Amino acid sequence: MSMNNQGRPTQPDMAEGTVKTFTGNRALMLEEPLIFEIGAAEETGVDFEDVPETESRLGGLERNQPIGLVGLSEPETVRHYTRLSRMNYAIDLGLFPLGSCTMKHNPRLNERVARMKGFADIHPLQPVDSVQGALEVIHDLGEWLCKLTGMPAVAMSPKAGAHGELCGILAIRSALEARGDAREVILVPESAHGTNPATAAFAGYRVEDIPATPEGRVDLAALEERLGSDVAGVMITNPNTCGLFEPDMKRISDAVHAAGGLVYCDGANFNAIVGRVRPGDLGIDAMHINLHKTFSTPHGGGGPGSGPVVFSEALAPYAPLPFVEKQGDHYVLIEEETAEDHHASSFGRMVAFHGQMGMFTRALAYMMSHGADGLKQVAEDAVLNANYLLRSLEDVLDAPFGASGPCMHEALFSDKGFAEGFTTLDLAKALIDEGYHPMTMYFPLVVHGAMLVEPTETESKDALDQFIGALRSVVERAKAGDETMHGAPVHAPRRRLDETAAARKPILVWQEPEQAEAAE
Amino acid sequence: MARYFTEEHEWIDVDGDHATIGITDYAQEQLGDIVFVEVPESGAMLEKGGEAAVVESVKAASDVYAPVSGEVTEGNDALVDEPALVNSSPEEEGWFFRMTLSDADELEGLMDAKAYKAFVDSL
Amino acid sequence: MRYLPLEPSDRQAMLAKIGAPDIDALFADVPEEARLDGPIRDLPNHASEMAVDAAFRKMARKNSAAADMPFFLGCGAYRHHVAASVDHLIQRGEFLTAYTPYQPEIAQGTLQMLFEFQTQVARLFGTDVANASMYDGSTACWEAIVMARRITKRGRAILSSGLHPHYVSVAKTMARFTRDQIVHSAPELVAQGDTDSLLDQIDDDTSCVVVQYPDILGRIADMSALADKAHAHKALLIAVVTEPVALGALTPPGEMGADIVVGEGQSIGVGLNFGGPYVGLFGCNQKYVRQMPGRLCGETVDAEGKRGYVLTLSTREQHIRREKATSNICTNSGLCALAFSIHMTLLGEAGLRKLAAINHAKAVRAANRLAEIPGVEVVNDAFFNEFTVTLPERARRIVRTLADQRILAGVSLNRMYPDEEALAHGLVVAVTETTNDEDIETLAEALEAALASTREEVPA
Repeated sequence: MSMNNQGRPTQPDMAEGTVKTFTGNRALMLEEPLIFEIGAAEETGVDFEDVPETESRLGGLERNQPIGLVGLSEPETVRHYTRLSRMNYAIDLGLFPLGSCTMKHNPRLNERVARMKGFADIHPLQPVDSVQGALEVIHDLGEWLCKLTGMPAVAMSPKAGAHGELCGILAIRSALEARGDAREVILVPESAHGTNPATAAFAGYRVEDIPATPEGRVDLAALEERLGSDVAGVMITNPNTCGLFEPDMKRISDAVHAAGGLVYCDGANFNAIVGRVRPGDLGIDAMHINLHKTFSTPHGGGGPGSGPVVFSEALAPYAPLPFVEKQGDHYVLIEEETAEDHHASSFGRMVAFHGQMGMFTRALAYMMSHGADGLKQVAEDAVLNANYLLRSLEDVLDAPFGASGPCMHEALFSDKGFAEGFTTLDLAKALIDEGYHPMTMYFPLVVHGAMLVEPTETESKDALDQFIGALRSVVERAKAGDETMHGAPVHAPRRRLDETAAARKPILVWQEPEQAEAAE
Repeated sequence: MARYFTEEHEWIDVDGDHATIGITDYAQEQLGDIVFVEVPESGAMLEKGGEAAVVESVKAASDVYAPVSGEVTEGNDALVDEPALVNSSPEEEGWFFRMTLSDADELEGLMDAKAYKAFVDSL
Repeated sequence: MRYLPLEPSDRQAMLAKIGAPDIDALFADVPEEARLDGPIRDLPNHASEMAVDAAFRKMARKNSAAADMPFFLGCGAYRHHVAASVDHLIQRGEFLTAYTPYQPEIAQGTLQMLFEFQTQVARLFGTDVANASMYDGSTACWEAIVMARRITKRGRAILSSGLHPHYVSVAKTMARFTRDQIVHSAPELVAQGDTDSLLDQIDDDTSCVVVQYPDILGRIADMSALADKAHAHKALLIAVVTEPVALGALTPPGEMGADIVVGEGQSIGVGLNFGGPYVGLFGCNQKYVRQMPGRLCGETVDAEGKRGYVLTLSTREQHIRREKATSNICTNSGLCALAFSIHMTLLGEAGLRKLAAINHAKAVRAANRLAEIPGVEVVNDAFFNEFTVTLPERARRIVRTLADQRILAGVSLNRMYPDEEALAHGLVVAVTETTNDEDIETLAEALEAALASTREEVPA
């Protein structure tokens, strides 16, 4: 088996001895062709009235070639996507321990409120008098976020966490430019999520690493050493990606401020401290909040997310357009036109329209359901569950920072002690056969063969105990050198997939067989 | 003809003021299955230590730096269609590009085969 | 609390296992001064599902839903019928509550859907490939401009005056930080777009020309000449489609030579949602694939030789390439892409073409009807389902007047271009399959009456 540097088998060996059925199906596990293989151009699952008789005013640009789409009737469509859905793991099926991703239960009340026609069926450019309730939701959610973080201002329009990061860094740059001192460098810890350096670079900054201490924290002394007149700011994740709170956060902020820089906090891990600690009390200037993590909006197989950003007084004037203001009993949308008078220093618009309304309703419904008391309990249970996992597994699994005290909402382990040739990837794939989605693997990069486990607060003790049992079992197998693990998973809809072949000759769209052959 | 090595795991064959550059067997092993290689076009001017080529495996992407300064005379087009050559023959058929040397003194400080082996063993 | 399974007895048992005296001990790393001693005071405590539901119903009632009145708004967001099965299927927990498909063995549902989505988008746009979605049309547009800079190594982007003003704003905001040069001017209320002027501006410093199709005023123009001129100068042509239903009736941008085609997919399956979440579409030529932003799904085989799908070419992305990534995007619009793809599957080739034909026919009827009103002129010669009219007075005032009569008449250009006095009499009217003849008649009569009454108020 060929392996790359992360121990990921990229050209899996062919498995033998599986019982074949005529259909290729395995009872409830059903194979499903592509729509292009079962649909037809003339087939449709939508009935329309007849096309009204009129002249064409398409300016001579009428389409004269087929699009190449296929259709299915409604029953076929429902069956196609239902079958596809059953090949997915999901929170609704079981514990989803992806560290840094906060895969908590997605309440269905949220789905109901987002679909109320007063929110789902309104246009972003309707006169503001006709959308007062929608603006109220945006305003109220912003208020909750400000109070929960102890920050005075919020930008609601960023579309996801990384977009929020960009929003924060652009505000930092705008503030520095306004004082005639744009600076060049953003400092980012090695353990940071890849979006942090990518964001700083996208905003025109050069990125330099901040070293970590052996205990997995930001090295304050090294940071202070590096600070200077060229450093625009730092991007720090707190709690950090090792699952630890940065105890020196306030001192880091003070040091950065003293050197004329500003502090960005990646709020991806806010779930650990929501309702218990306010980032505003730690000297932070900007922080995005992933509504799809802490505030339970669904991940949807990759999105959409929503990444509002809270700001300190220093950055509030630079917040992007548009935003909602309450004036008496009336909600006003501040856009380019109205901004000129009151918000002239805003750095501008990041997105068409006003942000992820469908996520705002869901997140606000979640916050109102929990309330201040419930959100505090969320953080406490999330941290309790993670520490319970940490202490229930550290006798079999190496916990590099386990000795330095409790973790926050996620527990970090390494592959130390696995038999020669056995990797984190083998363990993860074996976990799939046990009915679990694997934890985050090989991240953060600072720990060898890292496994980052985040149970979230919506798991019961019984669910945790079952997971602990499964994990202990696969760890024992990895330590004992159980060769069958290299072939895992065997019970999933697919065995390990050949990622090398996919990347060497990318096939990104379906082609009719004759065309695909011609392209060979 | 002499072969030199860099700490970034590139090899360089020098013949007069002409040189051929690739990545070492150790480097390809670390990267795993190579899926994509981008080589410089002929005529490109390279500076020692500057980015010259890109090599990607499924889960890692690395820059290949110019070990010396000079002008690229040829990129290895075979790698575009068959990046796996870097895995199967890293130090021969899997060469990346050829160039002329603008300053032969820059070769000083590069390792020979023995020194490189000791360097790799120390990692 | 209904979302929290732990019981007090569980918590005690778990603390005992951990060896911590109480929960506060787990927060020991938090400095004393940052710890809160109780729930945040000026926020309410928890509420029942019934109470939260009622609170939202109350807020929802303060909004005028499009379904409840004649509705003619467009300008980048369109009201189309969404089949009931779309909303049912995207709420299946296996789609709704799944993560990004990084573990392909247990995410084939999402991955196969993405592969189908990419194929649908590429075919609709007339491009070789498409990615697995972006946030929305406006951010996809900026990403395309950045991609053109990477490919051409030039920083001068020429934006058509017909490009959605929010998309222009996003590009200008970002360009200020990246030091790209953005060339752009406001549109004019004339039947023809700015193709001739764009042709004049393309030079050897140009990275790309960005045109919207149909444009912000609903106009349609052939972009072949732009493609030729751009390519002659080694620049790229980027086409922006904010109403993908139009491509059921119109020649796709890829066929006219566009190198990158981006768009807003909201029209198909997603709904209005007050502006988000939407779904950014991104297609391009095969040769630029490694410069694309965002996730890509590719076909491969598993260890038993069965066809399967994986996220691929990930080395372009931030989690591998970090500061050298093609974009910082991570989370995209997966579930909206699913809605788009399901709806497109229900429509199929025949359905999309018929939907487009109905949209166009109804828009033509509406344009003809509005043109009968004294003082109202239709600006466009050509259009798809959206056109611009000029009114004898400021459109924004009329829009507000009609909104008070529960008619959402369209988007006033003054809202979109507050600084352009020359556009203040322009109103952009969108007509889709959800509009009926009665709606059009209601709008026409109300508009005529509103214009007549203001004429009486303000003697010439």
